[in-house]
Amino acid sequence: MTHPDLTIGFLPLVDAALPILALEHGFAEAEGLRLALVRDMSWATVLDRLLYGHTDAAHLVAPLAIATTLGRGRRAQPLAVPFVLGLNGNAITMRPELADQLAPQGALGDPAAVGARLKAIVAQGRRLRFGVVHRYSSHNYMLRYWLAACGIRPDEDVDITTVAPPFCADALDAGEVDAICVGEPWNSVAVARGAGRIVLVTAQIWRRGVEKVLALREKVLDDRRDETEALIRALVRAARHFVDPANWDENAALLARPEYLNGDARLIHHAISDRLLLSKGGETVHYPDFMFQYREAANFPWVSQAEWLYTQMVRWDRSDFDSEEAAKAARAFRPDVYRSALTGSAEPLPGASSKVEGSLGGKMVVGTQQGAMTMESNRFFDGSVFDPANLRGYLDRLP
Amino acid sequence: MRIAIIDESATRAAVIGEGLAALDDCELFVVTERRGLVARIAEIDPDIVLMDLGNPSRDVLEEYFAVSRALDRPIAMFVDESDDEAIAAAIDAGVSSYVVDGLAAHRIRPILDLAVRRFNAFSRLQSDLADARGKLAERDTVDKAKRILMDSRGFTEPQAYAELRKAAMDQGRRIADIAEAVVTAHKLMGGQMAGKS
Repeated sequence: MTHPDLTIGFLPLVDAALPILALEHGFAEAEGLRLALVRDMSWATVLDRLLYGHTDAAHLVAPLAIATTLGRGRRAQPLAVPFVLGLNGNAITMRPELADQLAPQGALGDPAAVGARLKAIVAQGRRLRFGVVHRYSSHNYMLRYWLAACGIRPDEDVDITTVAPPFCADALDAGEVDAICVGEPWNSVAVARGAGRIVLVTAQIWRRGVEKVLALREKVLDDRRDETEALIRALVRAARHFVDPANWDENAALLARPEYLNGDARLIHHAISDRLLLSKGGETVHYPDFMFQYREAANFPWVSQAEWLYTQMVRWDRSDFDSEEAAKAARAFRPDVYRSALTGSAEPLPGASSKVEGSLGGKMVVGTQQGAMTMESNRFFDGSVFDPANLRGYLDRLP
Repeated sequence: MRIAIIDESATRAAVIGEGLAALDDCELFVVTERRGLVARIAEIDPDIVLMDLGNPSRDVLEEYFAVSRALDRPIAMFVDESDDEAIAAAIDAGVSSYVVDGLAAHRIRPILDLAVRRFNAFSRLQSDLADARGKLAERDTVDKAKRILMDSRGFTEPQAYAELRKAAMDQGRRIADIAEAVVTAHKLMGGQMAGKS
């Protein structure tokens, strides 16, 4: 076999789809790029391989890219994010006994209403345990954002612990946790086993929340700039393919293969098509934009998203806000590389690199430097707005 | 020194443990069970933790170590403490390591080096085993291909083998590959193996 141009590490999750499709459908090859993929079972190992050069790029939970850049938990190593692999796609699944007290049968709950009921249960003295996939994951930050906005203090009133995605269903079943916040297919696996019921999806908490990113070491991106840009073009084609209903059967079967997710194609198909089986034996519910991998330049690495993640890191690491750190976090997201890769293509390119998050309640045509783009609602469930021009002010306002 | 080896493969844990047992004043604890992992580690109270890179519980363990910074004996990731070369060698071998903060590098290094050697030895054992299995499977395929040629073309066994060998040489491929092609083609043509119908 010839030596690959780029090797990409991933975890077996539905949102690892774009690199897999870029390889399998020949989009990378069409860009003159030989790709190799390396599957791992923990974010720690995906990150180790990236930092020690086993891989050139990685499918990574967005906050971990920022944490690595800032040296949280380990020595600082600057990472660069030139592409977002997707928004949202996670859910909160609870033990059926708890779920039944919080949400109506056969439908997703309302985040504020579920939160209010949960608060009452916590106030009665019940100690609830939540599982998330990593301390520096969007799952952790979304869950905490929701709890805090509902008046539940994530560190004092409940326990939040780390559970490996493949063991989430087990942990619910065994009562090690009462709820999990995890990506697909692991919620559906828990539901299929009767171990849990899906109560909320993270797209209800933040309609356009940044989830997985493509991360490279900054130095690798500089050294391999041409290959990186070719990869971005291949990934955009993969994203377009991923969201087209005509391809869902084929892509679900492909992702289910042993070397990728090694999972159930039917469950993967559900996630790809924004459909969720909320409880065992129930009806499938359609929740539009449950996963959001392409429209509205979803793959564009908005600097404001990196900054939002930094505010949450300050919030939950209980560290002091530091404007130099904030600037470092912001620089990790690289819209300049994304633009450079796609200039002259048919893809819309946003004119700005940063936006006010959570400000759109409906559709709005936005300025671009290429192509036309209409953005839809990007609201947080509590109606709060994140203005990247005032990070300190935002942090002060948060509960 | 208390060393915990966390590995879901009991065989590999044994191979590594055997190597480390030779070290002086080291007490070994092998953990192969996923359930109750964090509680077990807390109970062992190790100075060094070795874990294979493929273990899905790594993030869980790292979370525990991050929280343990508040404890009396915080555990740090080895990457904070030692030279990059040693870590790179460990990652290459497929092992991650965590040590109690403040443990002297000269005490850690021999243990890590040994662990790396044992991990590599285990990988070699595994690939040897896979090779051996592959060779057995190949021999089986060559036997099947010979049978097909003997049945369909009336060859003797030596003639069938000579035919496979000639095709392999002509095409610059391995006999096993030619045999594989013959068996596949035979299946596609709806053929059945004599004696099995």
